[in-house]
Formats: sequence, C-alpha cells, structure tokens
Amino acid sequence: MSGGRAHAGHMVRRIGVFAFFSVVLAFFSLPMLWLATAPFDANPSITVSVPEFTLANFRAILDNPYALGSLGNSVLQAGGAALVVVTLAATAAYALSRVRVPGRDALLYVLLLLSSIVTGTAAMVPIFELATRLNLIDTHLGVILTVSGGLLPAAIFILKDFMDATPTSYEESARVFGAGPVQILLHVAVPLVRPGLATIAVWAVANVWGGFLLQFILIRDPQRAPGSVVLYTLYTEGGQPDLSLLSAFSLLYSLPVVLMYLFVSTRYGFRFHGGIKR
Amino acid sequence: MISLHGLTKEFPGGVRAIDALDLEIADGEFFALLGPSGCGKTTLLRTIAGLETPTRGRVAIGGVDVTATPPGRRDVAMVFQDYALFPHMDVTDNIAYPLRIRKVPRAERRARAAETAARLSLAELLARRPGQLSGGQQQRVALARAIACHPRAFLFDEPLSNLDARLRLEARTFLKRLQRDLAVTTVFVTHDQGEALALADRVAVMSGGRIMQVGTPAEVFQRPASTFVASFIGSTPMNLLPGEVRGGGLRVAGARLPLPQEAAGLPEGAGVVYGVRPEYVDLSPAPRPGAFAGRVAVLENLGTAHLVTLEVPAEDGEPPAGSEPGGATVQAVVPEGGEPALGEAVWAAPRHERALVYHDDVLLTRAPDRAAR
Repeated sequence: MSGGRAHAGHMVRRIGVFAFFSVVLAFFSLPMLWLATAPFDANPSITVSVPEFTLANFRAILDNPYALGSLGNSVLQAGGAALVVVTLAATAAYALSRVRVPGRDALLYVLLLLSSIVTGTAAMVPIFELATRLNLIDTHLGVILTVSGGLLPAAIFILKDFMDATPTSYEESARVFGAGPVQILLHVAVPLVRPGLATIAVWAVANVWGGFLLQFILIRDPQRAPGSVVLYTLYTEGGQPDLSLLSAFSLLYSLPVVLMYLFVSTRYGFRFHGGIKR
Repeated sequence: MISLHGLTKEFPGGVRAIDALDLEIADGEFFALLGPSGCGKTTLLRTIAGLETPTRGRVAIGGVDVTATPPGRRDVAMVFQDYALFPHMDVTDNIAYPLRIRKVPRAERRARAAETAARLSLAELLARRPGQLSGGQQQRVALARAIACHPRAFLFDEPLSNLDARLRLEARTFLKRLQRDLAVTTVFVTHDQGEALALADRVAVMSGGRIMQVGTPAEVFQRPASTFVASFIGSTPMNLLPGEVRGGGLRVAGARLPLPQEAAGLPEGAGVVYGVRPEYVDLSPAPRPGAFAGRVAVLENLGTAHLVTLEVPAEDGEPPAGSEPGGATVQAVVPEGGEPALGEAVWAAPRHERALVYHDDVLLTRAPDRAAR
C-alpha cells in the first residue's frame, strides 16, 4: 500500500512539472504562433486565433512604398557592417594574438567595457552631432561605421580567443616554406578560424538587422530607412498600430535572418563550446 | 654544410637558451641534437630555421651567412613535432603548398606532389584531409611536404615523439633509409638517446644551452666526455661511483680496484668518479677481488635480461669524499636465467677495460698530457 502511495506522489509531482513547463513554453511560443497566424488572418488581433485565411495583408504591405526597399536597406547596412567588423576584427585579433603588446589584456577589457557605453543610448547625442558634421546623416555609411564601432571590441575579443587556440606551428611551417604575412593570413590563419569568422559575421548581421535606435536617429529619409525603422511607421490614420500590415511585414522582416542562420549553420557549422572556444 | 659560430640566444627575461655555441654539420650528414627538455636544442633548431633571431653569433648554410635571412629564403624545410599539416587542405594541397608559394603552376605542382606522395606510399590518400589520417600517415605527409620542395637541409623537431611506441620503431627505420636515399643534410632534435644513437651519423649532447660532446653514436656511448653525458646516454644509466686514488689503486664503494692506466698521473687521495655501464658488470655469488660486495635490492625484467640493483653498504673507515653516507648503489645487467634472488649477497665485478674514470668531471684518456692534469 505504501508503495502505491509513493507511486501516486510521484505521478502528482510529474504532472506538476509538466504543467509548469507547459505554461513556460506557451509563454514563449505564443508570440511565435502569432507571427505564424496573424499575417494570414483577414482580421488580425493581438490574440492568437485560427485565421480566416487570406493573402491580402501581403498585397497591402507590398503596396507600401517603403516596405520592400527597407528590407534592401537592411541587407545593405547589415552586410556592410558585417564585412567591416569581420575584416577589421580578424586582422586586429590576429595581431593581438600573435604579437606581444604590453598591457594587451587590459586594453582588450577596457575596449570591451567602453564599447557598451560608446554606442549605447547615452552616447546618442554626440553620435548624432558627429554624424551631422561629417555629413553622414541619411547615409548607409553612417549607420555602418557607427554600428561597426560598437560591435568591433566584442568581435575582436571573441576572435582573439579563436586565434589563441590555433597553434603557431601552422604559421611557422608556412613561414619556413617562404610564405609572406599576407599569404599566411589568407592561406592559413583565416581558413583555420573560419567557424569563428562565420559566427562573428552572423552575430553582426543579426545585431544590425534588429537594431533600431541608431538607425532611427541617423536616417531621416524613409527611402533609406531599414526594416526595423519602417516597422515603427506602420500605423493606421487613427494612430493605432495597423496589425494586418504590421504582422505581414514582421514575417517578411524576420525571414531573411532565419534563412541566414540556416545557411551558415549547414555550411560552416557554429562551433560554440563553453561560450566562445572552438 | 651548416656552421654555427658563437651562437647565443637570450630570451626576454634573461633566459639564455643557447650559450656561445659553435658547431659544424657536414653535407649529407644525419645530425642529432640530443638533450633533456629545456637544454636549448629546439631553440637551436629554430634558430637554424630562422624562426628565432640569435642575440649574438652567426648561422651559415652552404657557406652563405644567413643570420639575417628570413626563414623562407634559407632553402631549408622543417617538420614540426605536431607536423603542422593544414587541416583545411587535402594531402595533395598540403604537399604542394611550398610549390604554391614558389608560384609553380597548379598542374605541375599537383603532379610533383603526387610523385612525392607515391614515393612515401601515400598515393591512395591524396584526397584525404589530415584529420582522416593516422599518426604515421600524417608524419609521412609532413615528410613528403618537406621533400617536395627539394631543400638544402631538413630540420626535424622531435620527428618520432608523436607516434606510439611500436610505430616509432618502424618510422625510425623508415626515416633512416629515407635520409640515406635522399642524402640531404638533416638536423633533428630529440630527447630520446636511443633515437639519437639509432638514427644519427653524429650526435651533439646538449645541456644548459651548451654542447657537452659531439661525436659518433659509438663515441658518445663508449667514451662519454663528462658524467652528464655518461648518465644521459644508454638505455640503463651508467654506474657513476665516487672514489679516490689510494695506495696505487682506486678505492670505490668499498672495493679496491686496480688503477687504470689513464689515472696513473693522479696524486694520492685525488677524488675521481668511476663509471661503468651495467652491461659491463658481472655478478658472482662468491667473493672476488676487485668487486663490489652488496645485496640485491631490486630486480627489473628487461625481457632477455634482468637489471639488478645492488645496495653496497658503507665501507669501514673513512669513505671517499662525495660518496653517499648510506653506501652506494650499483646496477648490473644479467642475461636471462642468471639473475640472483632478491636479498641475496652477491659480488659485482666491473670489467676494467670498459671502465671510465672522471677527474674534475673530465674523462681521463690514455694520452699522457691529459692524465697529468
């Protein structure tokens, strides 16, 4: 009898655990579910419901003069920033990993600390001021340079760890065979840390793609605004969020990043073990 | 020919890895740099390759001073301890890499890589990546990559230490034959005295950044110039026993031994170190003149022989300066079947013609001028 009671207690505990996790799971999956159903609903609301299937929302968003163009702008800005970040971070991390610089680690930590302040909300006024004087307002270059500046320290920090984990004998071997510094970087160092470079590139793209405040402040011209900023303009004349446009655009806006993740992870494979190291 | 003159390498922090070193390595010679870890042998090899810049001194290869020449222009090929095969390239591309740097056209360098690979029985593995090869195959790819660029000298850093024990013997024979066939000057670093003796034409025994002795394997094995070399060379360490000249003979570990001819010039009471390899010590169960009396403390099976460790008690009267207060330890190698029992009292007689006598840590030789020191 006591065995049966213990069994019943065990069952109750298990049911409790499952109920708890179901609630947590529902909490996080409902927004995803909304994103999957609302764009196809004739009358989308902020609740999740079985949609009255229609593609009219997509037709409406394609009629918006800025919607598709903004995704192109996002691609330009995110791609440009990723290119700048990967190129500069790879060369800087290689140098920092291979050359003895006094106080190197302190320098890296200070950079990392400052970067979160420099491109944070607190620095918006000076950044706007600087961009105005350099005529970088309303340019893709302005956005690319500013966001790259913010991402670089963390990218250098992570890539330096990848470089440190690569034995120097590969490069020394190439040196003895007569390879110059640029050949060593391109033939040996870069291919060896390719998973790290892919990780940094994806991380940079995702960061810029989802970034709003900087882009909102630096870009006034809706022709050049990225998707995140255009998303903010989808209101009805009454000042209410236009849920049919918003939901359809949200789906279009999130698809490229999902596709990129899938592509890069099948092609290169993310190698995060214990956070950073390969 | 590789010649080094007054070569010194100091690292930041004052560590002197190589200390005013002079060395000449002849063309076509298979030369071993042997020593314990930290003796500077790898730094020396890296300095010859150009990966380290000497603090002082000169490096010349083939009569040309290359001290300031970058590694890529020295016309040497180096095989690293971890082989340093590029993991993102297949075997062909790895072997062809030096040719790619020399801008050899793609088709030609692939053909030359395939040819070299075939020579090292790697023909079936050309499309594989290094990660898909065994340790022995990786080593041969690394060798093929070094051979394919036809250098003036090969530099090998611990070429066999990453292989497991059985494969190491096979690779050792292979390496020796390969070097003989190619007849290219080869310098290799090892901490394994057996490897150095087996492979090299000449061996340099190093310690503390200096060369303690250079000679053929037979020379450094039979006549080690100092007690350091004597203790480092040989698969079982040499017996090195403190003794002194007394009454026209040698007093060593309680035994009276005849005075070797080379020690004839030493004054009465002079301290010496008496060295004899365990292979040249004969055991007998009965007392013998000129033998160490001791008790069997340890028996180690070596397969076809036994290594017997004797404890020789402290002698009566005043022991020679420098001897251990608790007596001495003498080791002997006994052929199978002849080993004594543990704890048994035995007499160990060194073969005097094989014995070496060191005075002030210098090997005494028959030459009268040396003996008079």
